[in-house]
Amino acid sequence: MADELMVEIVTPEKIAFSGSVEEITIPGSDGEFGVLRGHAPLLSSLEIGVLSFTKDGKRTFYAVNTGYAEVTSSKVTILVETAERSDMIDKARAQKAKDNAESQLTKIDRGDYDYELLRAALARAIARISVSEKTM
Amino acid sequence: MAALKDIKRKVQAVSKTKQITKAMNMVAASKFKNSQVRMENFRPYATRFMDVLNSLALRVESDTHPLLAVRDPNRIRAICMTSDRGLCGGFNTNLIKLTERFIKEKTGEGKDVSLIPVGRKGRDYFRKKASIINDRADVFGKFDISLAVKISDDIIPPFVKGDYDELYIIYNEFVNVSVQRPVVVRLFPLPSIGKDVDIDPEKRLDYIYEPSDEVLLERLLPMYIHVLIFRALLETSAGENGARMAAMDNATRNCEDLISSLTLKYNKARQAAITAELMDIVGGTEALAKG
Repeated sequence: MADELMVEIVTPEKIAFSGSVEEITIPGSDGEFGVLRGHAPLLSSLEIGVLSFTKDGKRTFYAVNTGYAEVTSSKVTILVETAERSDMIDKARAQKAKDNAESQLTKIDRGDYDYELLRAALARAIARISVSEKTM
Repeated sequence: MAALKDIKRKVQAVSKTKQITKAMNMVAASKFKNSQVRMENFRPYATRFMDVLNSLALRVESDTHPLLAVRDPNRIRAICMTSDRGLCGGFNTNLIKLTERFIKEKTGEGKDVSLIPVGRKGRDYFRKKASIINDRADVFGKFDISLAVKISDDIIPPFVKGDYDELYIIYNEFVNVSVQRPVVVRLFPLPSIGKDVDIDPEKRLDYIYEPSDEVLLERLLPMYIHVLIFRALLETSAGENGARMAAMDNATRNCEDLISSLTLKYNKARQAAITAELMDIVGGTEALAKG
């Protein structure tokens, strides 16, 4: 179909998704953005967050870790260290990770290197939880 | 007769050992297959990542990044990547030997060397022999990219802060199932990226960069470290199982040799015993006939 966009989500373990979609929403580090076919070439780093796309009228959600997105007019390549589809997420575990990270964050200084690590862990947990709440 | 029984018992013992080594060989083979698949699956990620990183590095003057900072290498750290488990031939021994040689050489030059062992075998060996920063043992059972991220988090901040000047990674490069080559590779300061690659200008697209290309490169560099470390982890895991397969195959063959030579000995001893008994009987009847 003319207005479809090829999407590939590549992680170190496997190609998590490969196929054509109608639209994709990407958590870029300068803010979330949507891509349709014919987008200008773009290279953007990603924030830990929620990535979603529509395929055959159905919306699919992924929780993604750091990485980047390479957009050309007909293809989007998402390269991320992890990508978990909403139905693969253990919500209880994510909730526990979130609580854990939150309680530890209150205990340490902002300047500490661990602070950044914990903040990232918290962001991951939040992304997982919000993805797991979405139904496909 | 006692000798006969002893030999028989030995044969039984060796057969049992053979069963174990054969089973271990098969387990290693299946694990090896698994790690080979993972290496295969990692390849698209790594090549794509390198393409983007290289084309980005071509655009940006990247020499200013803290991970590329060249300092007088007085304080050196080395990641020594061994397996967690033994019984894999010379896999760990060769690597440990190389690491020792490396430490000796660098200390000989008056440098201060510390180790970051990954994998239990190296940790146990160097525990009392070298200065150890932080170790990651018992990690190969089940690992993913997050292990590479954890190791990077151990090494990147101290380097940026200037706690040490050079970082090496010593691991078994995976050549094929029966060949693993221990290598020393310098990780920090990172060699300049993208300087010696030719990218087809036709293939290079002019992208919109979000955020700017400099910031993007800065964000991708830690991911590059993850890629390098994850690859070393995968190669170690595949190499370990490949080496174990070979070692166990050898052991099984040795068991077979031992069994066949013991069986031969047993048969000879049995034959000798029968002959001796026959001689006795013949001697006895002859004596009777004479009487």
